[in-house]
Amino acid sequence: MTGSPNGAMLEAVNVSKRFGGVVANSGISLFVQPGEIVGLIGPNGSGKTTLFNSIVGFHPVDAGTIRFAGREISRLRVPEIARLGLVRTFQQTRVYGRMSGLENMRISIPHKRETLATMLSRFPPEVDEKAERLLEFVGLYEKRHLAAGDLSFGQQKLLEFAMALMNEPKMLLLDEPTAGINPTLINGLIDRLRRANADLGITLLVIEHNMRVIMNLAERIYCLAHGELLAEGAPEDLRTDQRVIDAYLGAH
Amino acid sequence: MSNLQLLVDAPILLVQLIVDGLLVGAIFALAAYGMALVWGVMNVINVAQGEFVMIGGYVAYAIYTLGIHPLFGVPAAALFLFVLGWAIYRLVIFRVVDRDLFISLLATFGLSILIQQLLNQIFTSDVQSADAGLDTLFLFNGLVTVSEIKLVAFALTFVIAVCLVVFLKSSRLGQAIRATAQNARAARILGIDTDRVYAATYALNAALCGAAGALVAMTWVIQPFQGLAYTVRSFMIVVVAGLGNLPGVIVAALGLGAAEQLAGFILGAEFQIAFVFGLLVVVLLARSYRLRRKRQYLK
Amino acid sequence: MRPNARTFVGYAALAVAGLLGPLVLPAYTTQFAFLWVMVVFALTWDVLGGQMGYNSFGNVVYFGIGMYVCAIVQVAPFTDLAEYTSAYGTQDIGLSHLQYYAGLAAGCLVAAVVAVAVAFVLGSGILGLRGHYFAICTLGLGIAAGEIAAGIDIIGAGSGMVTPLYPGEIDARNRFFYYLCFALAVVTFFTLRRLYAGRFGLAINAIRDDEDKAEAMGIHTTRYKTVAWCIAAFFLAISGGLVGNMVGFIDPTDVAFSAATFGVWMVLMAILGGKGTIWGPVLGAVIFHVTQELFWTYLLGWQRVALGLSIVLIVIFFPQGIVGWLRERFPERFGPRIEAASEQAGEPAR
Repeated sequence: MTGSPNGAMLEAVNVSKRFGGVVANSGISLFVQPGEIVGLIGPNGSGKTTLFNSIVGFHPVDAGTIRFAGREISRLRVPEIARLGLVRTFQQTRVYGRMSGLENMRISIPHKRETLATMLSRFPPEVDEKAERLLEFVGLYEKRHLAAGDLSFGQQKLLEFAMALMNEPKMLLLDEPTAGINPTLINGLIDRLRRANADLGITLLVIEHNMRVIMNLAERIYCLAHGELLAEGAPEDLRTDQRVIDAYLGAH
Repeated sequence: MSNLQLLVDAPILLVQLIVDGLLVGAIFALAAYGMALVWGVMNVINVAQGEFVMIGGYVAYAIYTLGIHPLFGVPAAALFLFVLGWAIYRLVIFRVVDRDLFISLLATFGLSILIQQLLNQIFTSDVQSADAGLDTLFLFNGLVTVSEIKLVAFALTFVIAVCLVVFLKSSRLGQAIRATAQNARAARILGIDTDRVYAATYALNAALCGAAGALVAMTWVIQPFQGLAYTVRSFMIVVVAGLGNLPGVIVAALGLGAAEQLAGFILGAEFQIAFVFGLLVVVLLARSYRLRRKRQYLK
Repeated sequence: MRPNARTFVGYAALAVAGLLGPLVLPAYTTQFAFLWVMVVFALTWDVLGGQMGYNSFGNVVYFGIGMYVCAIVQVAPFTDLAEYTSAYGTQDIGLSHLQYYAGLAAGCLVAAVVAVAVAFVLGSGILGLRGHYFAICTLGLGIAAGEIAAGIDIIGAGSGMVTPLYPGEIDARNRFFYYLCFALAVVTFFTLRRLYAGRFGLAINAIRDDEDKAEAMGIHTTRYKTVAWCIAAFFLAISGGLVGNMVGFIDPTDVAFSAATFGVWMVLMAILGGKGTIWGPVLGAVIFHVTQELFWTYLLGWQRVALGLSIVLIVIFFPQGIVGWLRERFPERFGPRIEAASEQAGEPAR
């Protein structure tokens, strides 16, 4: 095992989740240190998104604990976990379709303290400034007034990423951030992810199917198969790990 | 609440109420199962369900006023409503099947109002019933009365339910309906004309309601504005029992019938309707609460 | 602030119609008053239905609560309530001008507070339901409330309550209530407009567009949903207090908690005008009210049949409503307007 879980930003210990008769996750343990970029790979159906859903509180786990910044979160609900600074993006890319890109950004500000007064208030101009900067960062500034639902799939993915950044997270869980994106634009996205990590200090845990992307991006990688943790290590090690190769080839 | 004391003093009253409740509950089961069919097959909640029941009741009433025995109203209403249901599907429902669930809810709600008001214009807002001319049975030394028509109605609902189940299991159309309910896309790929299935399902549901309505006219009363209560009862039963669970629907319907009679007695007849609608709220909230503990919600 | 010419004309027309209506056509004063009540109905429904995606058939609950609470507050200090209601309006409590106005004001205030409290409590459970479950549950709520009210003797049970007599002539009374209703509609409109321009508006829109996403982004969805319903309850309760006094009596199932009339109209007006917009409900209310008055004159009993038919037709063929249709057809003239941040104080782009 490379590194240790002490002082980890995110730590999952022995997490299990089943749906009826299907075991989606079985005894999975992983950790992510602050500032790291960690990858999560595995063939389809290996339980990656289920693990994400468990971590962010989308459903309760059957067994195991999950700690974020030292705090036990497995009993918390989705909005509470998001407000602690753990934000996720969705595989199918979810944005607020009928609102403009800029409005999507505005409402993605952190909602840590919400009183009646703040709920009924206006947005201060700093919010728009920040929103426009982030939209510029992902290259959507010109399209900021278009309805989010009218953007192309790739543009929506970028918007979702920008919204996540707007939320000032400590850590981002990204579910297949490059899926469905034009290959020529993928490098740009990887670059932005790296910058978000380096400049903004955001820890990243990334589910990816694109091997080139994840091998380049991640410092450490976990591989899941059949709901269990199969292997863990540096990208070079996993690339040549026979178990990982078998899992992918066997899955076809 | 002195009525509650009465129940304690004379438990035979409890028997009366429960018997009445079970007998009327069987009729609820018919309408509820129809609603479950339409909901399961085409994902439409037919808010006009109760109005179909009332139309059925008025068909039975109409033939009763013509001098024919109202029991013939059961097949007559079923047939009339089958045709009407098909027509309504072709005119209105098919346009809302694949859309937003709220649109189909509102469309059938609009239908419900349209039908209520039409019935009101035609038949006035007086309550009506159709006398089947049958006797009353006296049980337990005359302390419990059961009208024979209610027993006949109970038996008929049983017969209708059996026919329905057989139809769905064995006939081609029935199987097509079940296939579409499970997976409409797959059914279409296999060559099933889903539009026809939808029309048949909706018409079948209407026929079920029609038969139920004719029975209501004979065992109880009908009135243009009482339809919504039947819709709400059907909805509640389906929510409690779950789609595609016929035994569950029957149990829930009988239970609701009994509960209503008890509530009507304990709280007073003027609160019986309040009980039905209030129970709806309670049932939904209870369901929702149970799901929220698992971080889910009613879909 | 540079108001757009079109919206300026809109405001001016409504201001003129609103202020001068009863003076120009005094015979229709009460109908005009009801027009403004309809505007309030449509606007408050739209907060939940159009802006937040929670279609409620039971908003009428707050209208009824407002009606009853206001009347109780107006009557109770001066006489025994049970006696008053069982007298079926024959007991005149003879209020002076001051007593009447103070009572009305206090009544509306208490009504609003009670309604908001009820919305808070009910919302904690009912707002956990989604989609059609929420809609049908609120329908049950509305009707159950009416049936329960019709069974409570101290507030008159099925016969309802009579509101106190206005200490003045009938014309003065009609004008007085007209201007109150107009004022309420204006306050409701501008309050909602202001709220939609800020955090609240975007939060409830986010809940409408994707509630799970909103939760995943840390938005306090339960709080926003509850506040939205409380706001609707607030204005509905006051309108209830005013209508109860305007009409003179409170009938539990036909007036106060009439899900079949007011409850349904709320939905229809907002959809007809264009839900999710600030002007849509207003437009829908005006058109609906005028049409309804015409229907009543010419169709009599068949007007309700026509209502049912209109719902079906509008929902199927015209669900985007007038404003929605205008935006699709003439996007340059009616589409969302982009404003620089410095002009935020102007009309929001919806």
